[in-house]
Amino acid sequence: MAKAQIALKVNGKAVDALVEPRTLLIHFLREQLNLTGPHIGCDTSHCGACTVDLNGKSVKSCTMFAVQADGADILTIEGMAAPDGTLHALQEGFREMHGLQCGFCTPGMIVRGYRLLKENPNPSEDEIRFGISGNLCRCTGYQNIVKAIQFAAAKLAGAPVKEAAE
Amino acid sequence: MNDMTPSKEERAEKLQGMGCKRKRVEDIRFVQGKGNYVDDLKLPGMLYGDFTRSPYGHARIKKIDATKAKAVPGVLAVLTAADLKPLSLHYMPTLAGDVAAVLAEEKVLYQNQEVAFIIAEDRYVAADAAELVEVEYEELPVLVDPFKAMAAGAPVLREDIKDKTDGAHGKRKHYNHIFAWEIGDKEATDTAFTKAEVTIKELISYQRVHPCPLETCQCVASFDKIKGELTVWGTFQAPHVIRTVASLISKIPEHKIHIIAPDIGGGFGNKVGAYPGYICAIVASIVTGRPVKWVEDRIENLSTTSFARDYHMTTEIAATKDGKVTGLRVHVLADHGAFDACADPSKWPAGFFNIVTGSYDFPVAHCAVDGVYTNKAPGGVAYRCSFRVTEAAYCIERAMDILAQKLGMDPAELRIKNLIGREQFPYQSALGWEYDSGDYHTAMKKAMEAVGYRKLREEQKAKQQAFKRGETRDLMGIGVIFFTEIVGAGPSRNCDILGIAMFDSAEIRIHPTGAVIARMGTKSQGQGHETTYAQIIATELGLPADDIMIEEGNTDTAPYGLGTYGSRSTPTAGAATAMAARKIKAKAQMIAADLLEVSEYDLEWDVDRFRVKGNPERFKTMKELAWAAYNRVPKGLEPGLEAVNYYDPPNMTYPFGAYICVVDVDVDTGVTKVRRFYALDDCGTRINPMIIEGQVHGGLTEAFGIAMGQEIRYDEVGNVTGPTLMDYFLPTAVETPKWETDWTTTPSPHHPIGAKGVGESPNVGGVPCFSNAVNDAFKFLGSTHIAMPHDHWRTWTVAEKLGLHG
Repeated sequence: MAKAQIALKVNGKAVDALVEPRTLLIHFLREQLNLTGPHIGCDTSHCGACTVDLNGKSVKSCTMFAVQADGADILTIEGMAAPDGTLHALQEGFREMHGLQCGFCTPGMIVRGYRLLKENPNPSEDEIRFGISGNLCRCTGYQNIVKAIQFAAAKLAGAPVKEAAE
Repeated sequence: MNDMTPSKEERAEKLQGMGCKRKRVEDIRFVQGKGNYVDDLKLPGMLYGDFTRSPYGHARIKKIDATKAKAVPGVLAVLTAADLKPLSLHYMPTLAGDVAAVLAEEKVLYQNQEVAFIIAEDRYVAADAAELVEVEYEELPVLVDPFKAMAAGAPVLREDIKDKTDGAHGKRKHYNHIFAWEIGDKEATDTAFTKAEVTIKELISYQRVHPCPLETCQCVASFDKIKGELTVWGTFQAPHVIRTVASLISKIPEHKIHIIAPDIGGGFGNKVGAYPGYICAIVASIVTGRPVKWVEDRIENLSTTSFARDYHMTTEIAATKDGKVTGLRVHVLADHGAFDACADPSKWPAGFFNIVTGSYDFPVAHCAVDGVYTNKAPGGVAYRCSFRVTEAAYCIERAMDILAQKLGMDPAELRIKNLIGREQFPYQSALGWEYDSGDYHTAMKKAMEAVGYRKLREEQKAKQQAFKRGETRDLMGIGVIFFTEIVGAGPSRNCDILGIAMFDSAEIRIHPTGAVIARMGTKSQGQGHETTYAQIIATELGLPADDIMIEEGNTDTAPYGLGTYGSRSTPTAGAATAMAARKIKAKAQMIAADLLEVSEYDLEWDVDRFRVKGNPERFKTMKELAWAAYNRVPKGLEPGLEAVNYYDPPNMTYPFGAYICVVDVDVDTGVTKVRRFYALDDCGTRINPMIIEGQVHGGLTEAFGIAMGQEIRYDEVGNVTGPTLMDYFLPTAVETPKWETDWTTTPSPHHPIGAKGVGESPNVGGVPCFSNAVNDAFKFLGSTHIAMPHDHWRTWTVAEKLGLHG
């Protein structure tokens, strides 16, 4: 199959690549760029494990072709921490509040939380629950994920954060 | 002691040992997307496998033509049963003593059954070619209803064993019969029923569901022809068992098989067994000499690898007029699908279903289970429960509510009246178990007080009157349950898998600097073992948890163990960890005595050190003793500081809990809202309360999914309907209720640290609690039993049938 050339930005770095037109973005990220943080959980865009941030929106990367991401600016879980390794407030929040167990949904959940807080820096619990409802978790029951996002919202706003998970 | 020495409490806190809410070690990699799951693995020259599957529920294979598939550029080979048969690999043994087809030979027995395996350079090419394998089928009559399985003239499903009158568990009654299993005193139970003042009888069905972890089953097999060694990375909850099975099947010597379970994206029972994908990937790697990856997609996962439940339980309770239970009689029809692939301990074809007497003091009971074949996917795994324990808990907890209704008693009162008393432990149940410890009445009382149970009942009564007056269209239901689990399989006298006793193990090595590596035979799939096992060692040995690395999942390095399922990690490997640590501590004490020039008996343990009795300023810390173990050991003692323990538990552990749930049901839409859910768990000694709470949240959410919507359904021609996440209900954050958690602590008397296990309790207790709440809402209108799942449509239908829509 003839390959198409694409140029995009992934986690702040310019990427040029040749891809088959039918290659899904998730496979491109995982297999060509070795960014294995985003995962595949359902193949049908229900679970959100493959969520990345694309041009300022949360996108399920199993639902679009890599060629559609030509020219895009993508952020994956691998780009969340500061260059010096300092964790993003969301990454810290997920650990502090025990917002993960098996870790499979976590990259998608954190990247989704990132966009949610950009759009709504001070969400209510209901807004968080609705905001992450495109991302499934089988382990946590979401309660601590909600707390993790609240932790991050408070931290990003410079407010005092709750100590830790109950 | 000089003032600079930190206090006992300060030193203990620094260790982050048992009882503290230690943050998880694993999270550091997971929150950065640096987990290492099977599909993340990429090996040079790696190939991809994919299956051609049956579109039919039951059909004869007339012809398989792979010519077109093989012609696709990038396809290396297509395997069919004809290729596997000369190797005797077209069938594989199951843990339940049956065989299961790897690739269908003459017939397919369920929809999506594996027919051909394509090996290609690329996963897209493999999927393309899978579509091009041409299979000619002759459709056969399909059997999906287990109640028709043993009818005269029912379709013969398993032609390979149709004339076999003896199964793995005794005589077979019919060609579609798998086993009959019976326990308890039938005669005494029948007498109890004859004499009973009150009896109830109900068919309580627990629908077919699927564990559905977010990561599907997958593996990479790599065979090194030169060395004759096989390495398989896979989603294995029980890596050592997989190695033994792989060796028995492939005839590759066990020491030349390396099984590695890296990070696993949830298991919940789905990843205990061996599946055709693993066998085909291994064969493909042997054939091609290259690594082969196989990754299930979600449809394949939900429709082929391991369903759970599908238990149909005809349940009877005998009781006195004032509500004392006098007998329990249960007959189960168990639908095992096309092959008996349950992952139960060998002697237990119905798992530990005989925990069905629950938390109640039944003087007599009798239970019989018949397993049958149908044209459905094989499995029967323990979906977040010990073997068939959630079925048992659902059965008894629904039945107790039905009895309460018949007696006109409050369901909580009926339970309190029949709960096993604290003074009765260790308690011998009528169906053969010895419950280790419990304080049920205290737990029940605490739960009822926490939710204001009496007030809730008053509110419900007022609402029911308002409903009858036409002032509201909402019904209020209160679900109350008390569960007892049996976990931690198990003692070698009654638990084995393939003849291997179900012990588990831990190996601890203390390095000269006091840093530790410890390895266990279990395998975390999100439970946080890297965090909690270290806490056990920290407390036992007085070394900081942060200096202890836990490693699991590599059969080359970890001691043999039976893996993680059935809440067995803490009861077995957790116990082994404590016991291994104690061996090390005993040796350290000898070294300390030598260094301090006193007798061992003159030393006492003090958090992180041995000190001389009556002279606490003379001490040696464990860290100092670690160094000494490699530097200056007493005469006659080996250098080094390490120990292994294989722990054969003397008994199972019996966690318990009291759950209460309040729901509001809109009779016009069938929409059910969980207003409140309170869960009190007693899992014995609590190792990490943060992790326990997380486990309870997660288990309750899975229970909510099961009770309120999950079902793997088949239509009458054997199509599995809706095996995608569009149709199979996984709750999102929006539907998921808010959880209130609580606890009591009744340590296990036989476990070294008194811990019982907790991961599955919320699923076992949660499912009946939701179901009882929905049933309770409709009870005053004359309804006795509404079957799960309680989704909106079914609930609306119940209201419709009760004439509530005018």
